[in-house]
Amino acid sequence: MAKKEFYSFYPGCSSQSKASADNFLRSSNAMCDALDIKLKEIDDWNCCGASIGYAGGSEIPRLSLSARNIALSQQQHGNADIVAPCAACWISTREAKERVEHSPKASQGVNAALSEIGLKVEANAMPEARHMVEVLIEDIGLDTIANGISKPLEGIKIAGYVGCQTNRPFGIAGESYENPVYLDHMIEACGAKAVDNYEKKVSCCSGALMFSEPEKGHALVKEIIEAAYDGGADMIVTPCQLCQMNVESYQRNINKTFGTKFNIPVVYYTQLIAVAYGKSSQEAALDGQMIRASKLEDIANK
Amino acid sequence: MSNMNQAMVQKYRSDFLKEVEANVEEGHWVKMCMQCGVCSGSCPLGPYWEHPPQELFMMIRAGKREEVLSTESMWMCTSCYNCMARCPRGLPITHIMHGLASYAKRLGLSPKRQVTEQFGQMFWDSIVKNGRVNELKIGVGLYFKDGIAQGIKNAMAGRELGMAMMKSKRLSPMEYFGGHKCKDTSGIAKMLKKAEEFEAEHIAKFGE
Amino acid sequence: MADMKIGAYICQGCGIGERLDTAQLVNVAKREGKAAVAREHEFLCNAEGVQMIQDDINNDGVTHLVIAGCSRRAKTEAFNFEGVALSRANLREGVIWVRPATDEAAETTQEMADDYVRMACAEAKYMKMPSASGEQGLVRDILVVGGGISGMTAALEAAKAGYKVELVEKTGALGGVSAEMYKKFPYKAPYNVLVDNTTNELIEAVNANGNITVYLNTTVAKTDGAPGRFEVSLATESGSSKDVMVGAIVQATGFNQYDINKLPELGGGKSQDVMDQLTFEKMVKANGGAIKKADGSEARNVVFVQCAGQRSEQEGHLPYCSGHCCMTSIKQARYVKDAGGDATVIFDDLRTPGADGEDVYRGGQEAGVAFSKGKVNSVEAGGQGLKVNYNDKILAEDTYIDADIVVLATGMLPASGPNPYLAQDIETAGNEENTALVEKLKAEQENAPVSVLNLQYRQGSDVPHLKSGFTDSHFICFPYETRRTGIYTAGPVRRPMDAHQAIEDATGAALKAIQASENAALGRAAHPRSGDLSYPTFRKEGCTQCKRCTVECPFGAINEDEKGYPVYNEARCRRCGTCMGACPVRVISFENYSVETIGQQLKAVDMPDEFSEKPRLLIMACENDAYPALDMAGMSRQEYSAYARIIPVRCLGSVNTIWITDALNSGYDGVILLGCQKGENYQCHFVKGSEIAHNRMSKIDDTLEQLNMEKERVQTYEVSIADIHRIPQIINDMEKLIAEIGMSPFKF
Repeated sequence: MAKKEFYSFYPGCSSQSKASADNFLRSSNAMCDALDIKLKEIDDWNCCGASIGYAGGSEIPRLSLSARNIALSQQQHGNADIVAPCAACWISTREAKERVEHSPKASQGVNAALSEIGLKVEANAMPEARHMVEVLIEDIGLDTIANGISKPLEGIKIAGYVGCQTNRPFGIAGESYENPVYLDHMIEACGAKAVDNYEKKVSCCSGALMFSEPEKGHALVKEIIEAAYDGGADMIVTPCQLCQMNVESYQRNINKTFGTKFNIPVVYYTQLIAVAYGKSSQEAALDGQMIRASKLEDIANK
Repeated sequence: MSNMNQAMVQKYRSDFLKEVEANVEEGHWVKMCMQCGVCSGSCPLGPYWEHPPQELFMMIRAGKREEVLSTESMWMCTSCYNCMARCPRGLPITHIMHGLASYAKRLGLSPKRQVTEQFGQMFWDSIVKNGRVNELKIGVGLYFKDGIAQGIKNAMAGRELGMAMMKSKRLSPMEYFGGHKCKDTSGIAKMLKKAEEFEAEHIAKFGE
Repeated sequence: MADMKIGAYICQGCGIGERLDTAQLVNVAKREGKAAVAREHEFLCNAEGVQMIQDDINNDGVTHLVIAGCSRRAKTEAFNFEGVALSRANLREGVIWVRPATDEAAETTQEMADDYVRMACAEAKYMKMPSASGEQGLVRDILVVGGGISGMTAALEAAKAGYKVELVEKTGALGGVSAEMYKKFPYKAPYNVLVDNTTNELIEAVNANGNITVYLNTTVAKTDGAPGRFEVSLATESGSSKDVMVGAIVQATGFNQYDINKLPELGGGKSQDVMDQLTFEKMVKANGGAIKKADGSEARNVVFVQCAGQRSEQEGHLPYCSGHCCMTSIKQARYVKDAGGDATVIFDDLRTPGADGEDVYRGGQEAGVAFSKGKVNSVEAGGQGLKVNYNDKILAEDTYIDADIVVLATGMLPASGPNPYLAQDIETAGNEENTALVEKLKAEQENAPVSVLNLQYRQGSDVPHLKSGFTDSHFICFPYETRRTGIYTAGPVRRPMDAHQAIEDATGAALKAIQASENAALGRAAHPRSGDLSYPTFRKEGCTQCKRCTVECPFGAINEDEKGYPVYNEARCRRCGTCMGACPVRVISFENYSVETIGQQLKAVDMPDEFSEKPRLLIMACENDAYPALDMAGMSRQEYSAYARIIPVRCLGSVNTIWITDALNSGYDGVILLGCQKGENYQCHFVKGSEIAHNRMSKIDDTLEQLNMEKERVQTYEVSIADIHRIPQIINDMEKLIAEIGMSPFKF
């Protein structure tokens, strides 16, 4: 597949300015600039409902949220691929599309709701819902990315933490659920070294339950970080905003509970690519890390 | 007992499976479970489920309505989709768990003071109101859900993280006053109201 | 023997030339092996090498070949010469590949090779070219006993292949249990639907086929003869009889229902609404799909109890799984759903193997059949309905379900004839004073079914049982086979199975039956020595009529004439040589395999003296598993003792104790016998050979005592084809043992 002229961009709640993944948004912009990927944001997009919305919203209301985004995208950007950088946004959108295509109840309900605001979605006529990572792998190609780097990330060993929702239930085409390898390849494409057989690569960080069940969440994250250290990692990289937040920001709490001495940076793949393409520390939003990725900053500042 | 719950008991009498098939998201899949237990073994919070998915499916077939709808189990789902990816029968287990939780809540049977449920409701309320999620308000709301005193304690405990986030420009105190939101909030509210009406009608209609 | 001329050919290929002095081997063949012609060749199995041998046969009158090179199991197509006897010396897998290529080892390695050439020459000298006896039967018609789905399929398949079939059915109609079905699962995808029973079409096809003669209300009164010449008397109900000649037989007698009265705890016999699957099937069929209780009222709730009285070690229950019952219950539960009722299947393990089975299971779930993993403790009958008490194994609780009808998924009992070895087993148990076993076997004898085939065999009237009355034979290597050559069982009489499997089974059995009659016509053996033309003969003047051969033959091939002399019936024979091993006066032999061909080999070995520190170990290895394992040990370069001299034998059952005595008298220091696993899960390709050999060898201790030798010098092992590390270890351990206990004093 070749790179599209532009993509219909659905950033999602966390990747807004001064939201929890502000650093993702900034580094993603830098990366897209480097790779010449054009994004047109969907105007007035709304939240996808995420994986916790079911507590308040049942099936049709939740699907309606994503259907509204699809309908807006279509209205504004025709059938351009919708690209989401957030796993929850991506799977919610893709799921809504599939549900509308296969379930008469969903199709009827969603369109009844959309008609209130003069919108509609039609089975088999909706644009593709894709993850940003898919664009990099399928439309740009990791080889192309590798060929274009100007500052290889030499001397850094990175644990590629894929997490859950970027990997399941859809995942990236051609990858296995139990051991996807694209993130490792992306690390290598940037000139860094990937941790071999990173044991907790697709383990759960507890997702939204980090807020409601923090103790259980901390225990899961502890394992993820421990396995990264076991693999000799200098830092962890992830494609997921919630994973990034959960794994980076609770290390102090985990240290307190378990007597560990964790202090490992957790960055986004967008930051790796931005730095490898010569973007500055600030452009790559490395100042947005709570635990600074100094090895990456050193290369960016060179 | 909520009116809706009473109505459902009346309607389906002893056949809980039929009720689940009709009213729970992806509920028609429940009968396809072959009891292998891979879901239960794949769950990151498996040990904390009073009844893991495999067991819930069996309980549904055995008609254990009250026990299923009032258990805290479904609220332990982290939405990691591991069960779903591994199920040899291809059951959308994660969705069924969400559907069961949602249905239990609708009928007023879900456990009281369940934190995930409360958090999820705040999250949803934020969407209904703003079209987008206000991370700060939800965070603060969660701290104060058990009253002012507990809230201050929680907030103190979370202070370090809040400060770190603000320092890295990933949380703005200005969020508390307005912040991220959609332009067409009234349209979104209207849409969601209609969607909910459709859902409620659907539940009332099925199985008649 | 005047015309005998031995040609010995030593191959230098595959590294043999570099490792061994092949010129010396030529000398050994000439001087000691008395080979008239002896040649080396650098690549014997190539066209030029083969042509060289063929030229010697054509021009020089070579009649007996010794080929010294690779194992007898390799290059069999290249070294296939018409009209000559052939012996192979295994210098590659048996010598250079199992010995280190060191200077220190060179001498003993060369000695090994020298001996194998001597042995091959000795064997060749005593071999004759086998040829068929001339007593072959030429009948190719097939007898099929049983007119159910298995029998009809076998008959049709054989008929389609151009063979005439006599199809015998004891009842007044074809169809068997298959015809009783209301609906069936389809034979091709999609499998999750039910289709109409098409057994009638099969019956019509049988009746319409000109190659098939159907005999209804008929049984087999007598079966005599052998494959290719079975003489069968058919008895009709009216009393008239008809004699037919057939080449081979397929027994497809099906199964009987387990008696549910033996399951009172599950309500068997307590209520007419508790029934087995076949009864339920007939009821639904009779009602055209309606599900009715015994009183004629509609049944709303039906509970299926899986594994009723089977897969259970309890006394009176069946220990095995009948294979079809889970699928059958799913099918029947769908009848209930189709009629608007509720169906629950209570299972412990639901077994629906294969892609079709999985679809059937899903189909049941899609139709709304409830599946509960649990164990049924009791079925209470009385009052209005039935109550099934069970332990829910997922929810770990005792619970119950009300039912209008309870269907017990009981097991299949094979409709085989009586166990032909019962009388013999009773005698053995009596000799061992095992009164409990005697009682049990006697009870079995009293309740024995009537004979199916009425075989006029020395070893009884019917096909022997393998387990639980099923008439299987070698369950891993040789499907379809029984322990009676030319008689094949198919369908649930062989092992429990469903109709789909029975159709496949019957097709296979029909092909095997055709093969057997064709082989018999040519005088060739069936498996595992398929194609072998040799057959046992005996020297009548030496025979003492001891009957050991007629009793021990694993295939019941040998009858006795009125004076008690053996009658071989070579078409029944599998050529294992167990009779040869049994004969105390050594009068039984095959043209190319005899007491002499082995005895002379072991004597041909050069025996170093007692003080040489070079012991000699004789290893007799079964050609089916042990010898291939030794070859594979060579391929993976496992080293073993240079003192071992290995002789392949057809089966350990063919080992005559005279060979052991001869070996010890000749100065061998140790003897090892390597055979297949014996006993209940036997792997012996000839069923009983390995077991018989172990029994015989347990009695050889007396001989050793007479010779004043240690018992450990003779050892018998059960090995498998996978034992490529263990067998070299066994040999090396024997070498060590000899070093400890000392060399044999019997060296000359």
